[in-house]
Amino acid sequence: MAKLYSGAEIVFKCMEDQNVDHIFGYPGGAVLPIYDELQNFKSIKHILVRHEQGAGHAAEGYARSSGKPGVILVTSGPGATNVVTALTDAYMDSIPLVCISGQVPTHLIGTDAFQECDTTGITRPCTKHNWLVKDINDLASTIYKAFEVATTGRPGPVLVDIPKDIQFQKTKYKKPKKENKLNGKSHNHFNQNSIDKLIELMSKSSKPIFYTGGGVINSGPKASELLRELVYATGFPITSTLQGLGSFPGEDNQFLGMLGMHGTYEANNAMHDCDLMINIGARFDDRITGKIDEFSPKSKKVHIDIDPSSINKNVKVDLAIVGDVKTVLSSTLKSLKQKKSKFLKSNKQKTSKWWEKIQKWRSVRSLDYIGSEETIKPQYAIERLYELTKDKDSYITTEVGQHQMWAAQHYKFNKPNRWMTSGGLGTMGYGLPAAVGVQVAHPKKLVIDIAGEASVLMTIQEMSTAVQYNLPIKIFILNNQYMGMVRQWQELLHDKNYSESYTAALPDFVKLAEAYNCVGIRAKTPEELDDKIIEMLNTDRPVIFDCMVDKVENCFPMIPSGKPHNQMILGPKDQESKKITGKGKSLV
Amino acid sequence: MPNSKSAYSFSNKKEKFDTHIIVVWVDNEAGVLARVVGLFSGRGYNIESLAVAQVDEKLKISRITIVTTGTPQVVNQIKLQLRKLVPVHKVADFKREDKAVIFKEMALFKIVGPNNKLEGALKACKKYNPVLLDKTKKSNVIQITALRREIDKMSKDLKKFGLVSVSRTGAVAMTRGADIFK
Repeated sequence: MAKLYSGAEIVFKCMEDQNVDHIFGYPGGAVLPIYDELQNFKSIKHILVRHEQGAGHAAEGYARSSGKPGVILVTSGPGATNVVTALTDAYMDSIPLVCISGQVPTHLIGTDAFQECDTTGITRPCTKHNWLVKDINDLASTIYKAFEVATTGRPGPVLVDIPKDIQFQKTKYKKPKKENKLNGKSHNHFNQNSIDKLIELMSKSSKPIFYTGGGVINSGPKASELLRELVYATGFPITSTLQGLGSFPGEDNQFLGMLGMHGTYEANNAMHDCDLMINIGARFDDRITGKIDEFSPKSKKVHIDIDPSSINKNVKVDLAIVGDVKTVLSSTLKSLKQKKSKFLKSNKQKTSKWWEKIQKWRSVRSLDYIGSEETIKPQYAIERLYELTKDKDSYITTEVGQHQMWAAQHYKFNKPNRWMTSGGLGTMGYGLPAAVGVQVAHPKKLVIDIAGEASVLMTIQEMSTAVQYNLPIKIFILNNQYMGMVRQWQELLHDKNYSESYTAALPDFVKLAEAYNCVGIRAKTPEELDDKIIEMLNTDRPVIFDCMVDKVENCFPMIPSGKPHNQMILGPKDQESKKITGKGKSLV
Repeated sequence: MPNSKSAYSFSNKKEKFDTHIIVVWVDNEAGVLARVVGLFSGRGYNIESLAVAQVDEKLKISRITIVTTGTPQVVNQIKLQLRKLVPVHKVADFKREDKAVIFKEMALFKIVGPNNKLEGALKACKKYNPVLLDKTKKSNVIQITALRREIDKMSKDLKKFGLVSVSRTGAVAMTRGADIFK
C-alpha cells in the first residue's frame, strides 16, 4: 500500500518537487504542524524573520535577484494580515511569490475563532489567485497550481490557505500532472505580421526611442541580452523605468538614463519629442507619463507586454504585441537580420539629427547638484558608493523616497536582477528585508540597502534576522532626519508647511547596530566618506551605515504634477540662472 | 477643476458612457463571484445589474451576466481584466443596442387591492408575457419578462393598481440564431 503523508508533509514534498531551497516565515498556532515537519526536509532552509512583512519583502528580494519564486510561510490571523503589504507590493511590481498561510481548523472557520481571519478574502485583491484548501486530496495539486500561476505569464503573488486539520490529515502523495493550460490563458498572442509592422515603423522613424521596463527583467537574463542586441543593432536611444534599470548597461552611450517624474532631462524630452516609442515591458505608469493628455503627442506608440490588460489601459497605442519580451525580441531580431541586415548603417543618417538634439539635452546635465565641502550631499554619497563598489557585481535594494530616486539616478546598473526597489506600491521598509532575501540567494555577493532613516525604521527589526543567519548586508542610510520626499513636496507644493515630516527623536544608529550585535559606522563629512565606505565594504558582518547628509537637499530634476515631459524643473544650478518666479512655483 | 497641488495629474476629458452586457463563463468554485465583483468594485467599474447561476452541472461552469456602463476604454479594460482571473474561461461583451442579442430581465409584482385593480394590473402587463403566479381575493403576484426600462416603467405604472412589492433579477443575455459565443 502506498505510504500516507500528512498535509504538513505534503506541503514540503511539493516544495521539494518545485526545487524550493529557502522559505521565509514565522511560526504560530495554525501552522505548527507544518513547522513540526520542517526538520525532516533537509533541502529546505527556513529563514526566521522578525515580522511577517519582513518575510514577504525578503521573499521578494530573493525572487527578484534569483529569478525563482519566493516562498513565505505564515500563521493565520495576524500572520496573514502582516504579509498583506508585501503581497500587494509584489502584485504591483509583478514579483512571483507563493505564500502558504495556516488557517484555523475547518470546523471553526466562520466562528471568529482565535487568530481567525478571512485570509482569502483579504488577499483576493492583492494576489493573482488564492485558494482555501478544504480537502486534503486537493492540497498537492493546489500547491502545484499555485507555483504555476505565480511564475507564468505576468508573474505575481499567490496564497494558499491551509486549515490546521488539513495539515494533520493524511493521504497518498503523487506528483500532480502538469495541466496544459490555465483556462486557455496563453501568453504569446502575437504573429509575424505585428513583428513586420514593428520593423517597418522602426525603419521609417527618424526620432525613435526604446522605453523599457521591469518586464524585460522578469522575462529572464536572456531578454536583457536580446534587448542589448536590438538596441545596438538599431542604434536607437533607450530609456528605462525605475524597474527596468540594469536590463541595459547604465553607462552605455545609447542609454539616456531613467525617465519619469525624477528621470533625466534627456530621457523625458526624448519621450516627449519622439516620433516612434517602443515600449518593452513597461506599463505607462502615472509616474512615467506625467500629464496623460500631453504625453508624447507626436509619436507612434508600440507596446510589447505579456499582459493583454496593460495594453491601452493608460495610453492608447498604435501597435500592440502581446507576448513574452524574450520571445518578441528574438523574433524581432531574426526578422531584422533577414530583412534589413544593414539597418544600422542605413539608419545612422536618418537619426543623426535626433542624436544631436539628445546631446543638446544631455549637455544640460540635469543630474548635477551643487557640491559641498562641509556637508555630505546625498547624491555625492551615492556617487562615491557607486565608484567604490562598481567592480564588485553588487546587489542594491532601496527603501522608498528621495534616497531611492537618487540611487536610481546616480548608481549605474550593468546587469539585470541587481536592483530591487518597491516601485508600484512604494513601500517604505522594503529595502532592509529585501536585502536579507537577496543575501540569502547570493551569500557571497555584496548586498547594499540604500536607505532613508525614516523608511528603514519601519522594518529595522530584520537586522536581527541578518545577524542570526550571518547575512552581511550593508544598510547605507542617507540620514537627513526628514521624510525627505514628503518634505520636498511640502516645500514645493504646500508652502513649506513641514507638517509631521521631521523625526525629532531618531535612534543613534551606531548604537542601534551595536544593540543588534552588528557593526555601526557613521560618516559626517565628505572628507571621511570614502574611508568609512571602504571600512563598511571590508566588514564581513551586517553593517548599519549612518551617513549624515544635507537635511534640505531636494531631488531634481522633477516633472511637476499635471505637467508633460517637456516641462521639467531642474536643480538649483539651473534655477539660479532661470529664476523661477512666484508664479512659476505655484504651477508646481 | 481639481487643485493641481497634488502628486497626481487630473484629466478633464469627459467621455461618453455606453451600456454593455458582459457575459462571463467561470468555474463554479468558492469565492468566484467575489473575485468578479471585487474586480469591478476595486477598479471602480460600474455594475447596473448582475445575474449568476450554474449552467453546466458536469463541468461546473457558471454564467455571470453583468450590465455595466463605461467609456470604450473602460469596457475594454473590464474584459481584459476579467480574462486574467484564473477561474474565468471566456468573456463576451454585447452593446445594449445590439440587435443580434436578446436581453431579458424578470420581475415579480405583488398587487394588493380590490378585484378591479387586480385585473387592471394584469391588463397593464399584457405586453410583457404576464404569468399569474399567485392569486387570492385581495392580492395577485404577477411575473413579467421584459427589458430593464420596461420593468422600470411598469414598477411606476402599477403603483396606481396597488403595487406593494417588486422583486426583479438582473439581465440575462443570449445571441439570436444558431451561433453560440465561442
